[in-house]
Amino acid sequence: MGIVSHNLVRRRQLGSLFRVLFLAATLVGVVLLALLLVEVLRHGLGWLNLQFLTSYPSRFPQQAGIKAALWGTIWLIALTAVFSIPIGIGAAIYLEEYARRGWLSTVIEINISNLAGTPSIVYGILGLAIFVRWLGLGRSLLAGALTMSLLILPVTILAAREALRAVPASIRLASFALGATQWQTVRHHVLPAALPGILTGVILSLSRAIGETAPLVMLGALMYVAFTPRGPMDPFSALPLQIFNWSSRPQAEFFGLAAAAIIVLLAVLLTMNAAAILIRYRSQKKLRW
Amino acid sequence: MNHPDRKGASILETQRLTIRYETTEAVQDVSLAIPEHQITAIIGPSGCGKSTLLRAFNRMNDFIPGAATQGRVLYRGEDLYAREVDPVEVRRRIGMVFQKPNPFPRSIFKNVSWGPAINGVRGNLRELVETALRKAALWEEVKDKLNQSGLALSGGQQQRLCIARAIALEPEIILMDEPCSALDPASTARIEDLLFELKQRYTIVIVTHNMQQAARVSDWTAFLSRGRMVEFGPTQDIFTRPKKRETEDYVTGKFG
Repeated sequence: MGIVSHNLVRRRQLGSLFRVLFLAATLVGVVLLALLLVEVLRHGLGWLNLQFLTSYPSRFPQQAGIKAALWGTIWLIALTAVFSIPIGIGAAIYLEEYARRGWLSTVIEINISNLAGTPSIVYGILGLAIFVRWLGLGRSLLAGALTMSLLILPVTILAAREALRAVPASIRLASFALGATQWQTVRHHVLPAALPGILTGVILSLSRAIGETAPLVMLGALMYVAFTPRGPMDPFSALPLQIFNWSSRPQAEFFGLAAAAIIVLLAVLLTMNAAAILIRYRSQKKLRW
Repeated sequence: MNHPDRKGASILETQRLTIRYETTEAVQDVSLAIPEHQITAIIGPSGCGKSTLLRAFNRMNDFIPGAATQGRVLYRGEDLYAREVDPVEVRRRIGMVFQKPNPFPRSIFKNVSWGPAINGVRGNLRELVETALRKAALWEEVKDKLNQSGLALSGGQQQRLCIARAIALEPEIILMDEPCSALDPASTARIEDLLFELKQRYTIVIVTHNMQQAARVSDWTAFLSRGRMVEFGPTQDIFTRPKKRETEDYVTGKFG
């Protein structure tokens, strides 16, 4: 009895120790994020007003704004979504529902996983070589969006495949047993069931594209733009570039502007995530689990 | 026990059917003829190949990677594995009910109407759904909640919904893979009652590991062991005067 209870006390202590360790690990992330938010808000809120949102960049901090960068980012993300969503989901459906398991699908899978871990600057070089130079698209929104699409495709495909794989096989079999074709099964049962998961993955990868700076620098996107893009062939700037530009200037005022632009960037991200949750909720309601 | 009043013409026939998974032979050289408008039970110990044999009847083995089929499966004299046969068409005409109830995460109505809808059935879907649900003895329980999820029903009701879903396509044959193994005794009894009504219109092939169930519901019984068909005959004969020693040992509970 004595030995047993002694051992139990030790085990309990060890248990509490790990509980505290894991809590601390969680807190590190939360606290750092909170610190970052407080810092950004403290420096940036004062600069955030309508004039800031509707003005072009300027040498004079009082007159500078993010109109060009904000519109550039919106265009860039919209175009990236147009390219990456259908291709990403299509590739995932092919790999998960159609492709036979074999050496070819294994090679493709390994490639996609590796591409998902490739540094974004490499995609920037690729985009510069293929889209900007070879296809002659120049430093346009189109070249930027295509590069961003390449960058997030592997992650989109991986996330969509996970979601498709989570759909129970029994639903597919039930559908096939009713004389449904592969496409009817995918279209009516597999895709609707996987849609919430797919959307989450898509939005997460688009969020990544919003914050990417390195590929845009590589492509030669502009740091100083005094107009909003009117079409996909126009040159552009983007929020992260603008933030990078301002934060590298010596004057304290530009630091405040950079903080204000970060707030706007975060707001755009949060809006996108909220939209994802809404779409997910609505598509889940259509199914009657 | 049921007496097969007549030996119906066979609607489904296997000729020297062998099914391999990679290297193992799940079904070996099985030849049997399934009589029309009767209930045929396939019994045997776990892993004897009875589910594999059942899936051969509507080409569901096509979905199992590495499964290879040899020999012939004739449906009204036509080889289901012939090159020109479209497996989608086979599955439309030969329905299947699975071991675990698997309604779609949709409304009860949609569960039943979807099969006919995708197969191009025109006309009054509402009537069609009611007819199928009535035949599956589920109508009275669900007629006021056709818009509710099929998954909100009890396990037994879900399985009857799956039967209604299969019936809605008006198949000639319904294959059932241990349809009661996930159900409680009361639900099982309801399904068994239903089988008697269904056999007026359909030919039923049921796989079961429950020998009492086979004896209660079927007219014909095939006994499989290690992939081979040991014996096939009227259910009464299989259970009271089996010809083979192995069959007798199994039905009297000496092994399996």
